[in-house]
Amino acid sequence: MSDTIIAISMIWMFVFVYSIAGSIDFGAGYWSMKYIKHKRSKATNIANRYLSPSWEITNVFIVMVVVGLFNFFPGATYTLGTVLLLPASLILLLITIRSAFLVFSHSAAKYKNTLIMVSGISGLLVPALLILVLPITHGNFIEIVDGVERLKFARLLVSWSAYAFIAFAVSSTLFLSSLLLADYSHVSGQPEAYKIYRRDAVIGGPLNLLFAFLLILAIYREAGWLYTNIIKNWGWLLLSVLFFLVGYSALFWKSANKDLSIDGRPRFAVIGIVIQYLFASAAYGKAHLPYIVYPFVTIESGFTHPDTFRALFWSYMVSFAVLVPGFVYFWRIFMKDTRYLKQMGGGD
Amino acid sequence: MNDILMARVLFGTTMGFHVIFATLGVGIPLMILAAELFFHKTKDQEYQIMAKRWTKAFAVLLGVGIPSGTIAGVQLSLLWPGFMEVVGKVIALPFQIEIFAFFLESLFMSIYVYAADRLSPFMRIVSLSLVAVGAAASAILITNVHAFEGTPAGFRMESGKVVDVDPWAAFFNPGFLVTAEHVVYSAFMTGAFVIASVSAVKLLKKKLTGQEQSLHRKALALSLVIGGIFSIMTAFNGHTSAQELHKYQPEKLAAAEGLFKTQPNAPLTIGGYTDPVSQTVKYGIEIPGLLSFLAANRFDEVVTGLNDFPKNEWPPLFIHTLFNSMVGIGILLIVLSLIGFIWNFVTRKRSFPRWLLWMFVASGPLSLLSIEFGWIFSCTGRQPWVIYRVMTTAESATKTGNIGMLFVLFAGAYLFLAIVTVLVLRYYFKRHPLHLEYGPDTIDLS
Repeated sequence: MSDTIIAISMIWMFVFVYSIAGSIDFGAGYWSMKYIKHKRSKATNIANRYLSPSWEITNVFIVMVVVGLFNFFPGATYTLGTVLLLPASLILLLITIRSAFLVFSHSAAKYKNTLIMVSGISGLLVPALLILVLPITHGNFIEIVDGVERLKFARLLVSWSAYAFIAFAVSSTLFLSSLLLADYSHVSGQPEAYKIYRRDAVIGGPLNLLFAFLLILAIYREAGWLYTNIIKNWGWLLLSVLFFLVGYSALFWKSANKDLSIDGRPRFAVIGIVIQYLFASAAYGKAHLPYIVYPFVTIESGFTHPDTFRALFWSYMVSFAVLVPGFVYFWRIFMKDTRYLKQMGGGD
Repeated sequence: MNDILMARVLFGTTMGFHVIFATLGVGIPLMILAAELFFHKTKDQEYQIMAKRWTKAFAVLLGVGIPSGTIAGVQLSLLWPGFMEVVGKVIALPFQIEIFAFFLESLFMSIYVYAADRLSPFMRIVSLSLVAVGAAASAILITNVHAFEGTPAGFRMESGKVVDVDPWAAFFNPGFLVTAEHVVYSAFMTGAFVIASVSAVKLLKKKLTGQEQSLHRKALALSLVIGGIFSIMTAFNGHTSAQELHKYQPEKLAAAEGLFKTQPNAPLTIGGYTDPVSQTVKYGIEIPGLLSFLAANRFDEVVTGLNDFPKNEWPPLFIHTLFNSMVGIGILLIVLSLIGFIWNFVTRKRSFPRWLLWMFVASGPLSLLSIEFGWIFSCTGRQPWVIYRVMTTAESATKTGNIGMLFVLFAGAYLFLAIVTVLVLRYYFKRHPLHLEYGPDTIDLS
């Protein structure tokens, strides 16, 4: 494997991890807002219990994507920085409002509902805007004026394909987060919350699949080159659909937990659906190559200095190795320790 | 205004806002760690209460500091794509390692805050130390890139192309260690003085319970000791920084001191403003020979003046005032902590007089101000370069245009967040007064 392929695969992996973790994070914020009046079910508590310790770590991943991109592909920075100035600024502002209000809501009890509402809504707008980076890299919305690339942002916002992407982002956000929260309430032994989140996931799954097909249609209409490449990876797409069926059906398998009278094996559902996304985004990522921004930047033209790449690669490996125990410890404390999961009193 | 100036204004505003939270994000964990360590040593519950309340405030500040740091990181690529292209090829390592410092800090911050009751005392201290280490490491790594801009190393530019790259040589560029120390010491100092301010404000209140008095006095003493130590260390390091400038960026030192003529026995001018027409510093106090001595520890050292550099490469002359203000505040803070120490030592009293408390109140805002002055001095003093003598700021800027509108949006958001942050902190501590923190078995003797 060449250095450029290793580098772009690492970026792809960061994007994948952030898209899953970010979806769950922003979705949990939305559910925490939606079920705020639903005191008895503790659905809001479950969402907050997940969000409070994890949002900062999720946020690091978006920095990781950005830093990884300009470190490995500095040649892409110029084009990406130029065309993304406006959308990325909007995303940053929304992320800021969202995170700040999420934290504020824990400190000002009297205004909690308003603060959670602001953070929930701005959080849902983030994935909607974030996914627009994808159609921008497909090249149709970039023009060159006086030798400088410019984004035709208004054209993007009135194109129907933008809305296909947005619909997919929002439905993924809601589907992935409801799945994970279903699993989280399942291990926490909260049948009421489990029931709610399982129901949301049951509704969300087929909708999400529908939007995924709509997305492929949008790519077909807007970016023929990408569509041709994606279809070449039909095997991966098929596997993706297959894992969707497995994961989705796990919501109806017989429960292993005798305390809960509701069906479903949410842990398997989460794993199945994550694998579904893994295959789908591998098919997409592979089809996107060699372009980072079509047709202006390829992974070859944007690549960093080979010595810098080697130094970066090894320091990534070392840093990950050093941090793994930290992540494991974190996981055990917040995702497995029943003392944390079962103390449902205050909620946060 | 042209686009480049607009881009600088927008990025400067972002950094000016973020640096407040970033500095406190490095300084306050050290104070929490100190309080936590004192608690384990003395078993005095008040230190635990301090740690708990400072952690709460810290968490709120992080809620703004983390996203504003994200903005700063992304805006670098958005506003300075030309610069980031070189960064990506040459000085990518610190950014990359910083991500992991960031991970370390946020993992253990969550563990310390949300799992406090399930951790053993030893693990609490370990977690908190890792938070402090992670925070300081992120500051050091970002400063690494800043130092690289002033003293670039590890590459050459050949007809617009980056060649001969040595990423580790770039990482250990000549300015790195001194600059990083400066940032970390001054952040520790600022965190301590901000807490000293809050404690002094509390102690100035008329009706205080015995508990309140005792806790705020201890907090004030702790922060004055830590603030005092680090203000002295910042000063020593500042001296080395000036010598580095003499060696690597002479025109920056010349502009900082308002020196036009290259000369041995160069005078140090305190105060005043630099007048380019008469080539003097007007209304300043001149101390003969001191600048030469500060620059190289000898009076006959020749210090290069601005006239030896082409005028279009001069840094803006107002940095003289910024430099003076930063150093002035630093000295004032050292004096202030010494007065506090001497007062305690001489009078053997546990309390400070009101006039002294008022001065302690000023210490926090003043140290934040000196941080701002220092950063503005350091970055505008490097102009017109973004990478010293390699790339100009103008060359590296985005050509997108329309930055004015973004400036309004971001500046509005920062203002709004600053106001809400203050409101939230006030609201929280009003609703959670100190006496509720004491356990039921503690008797308030007042």
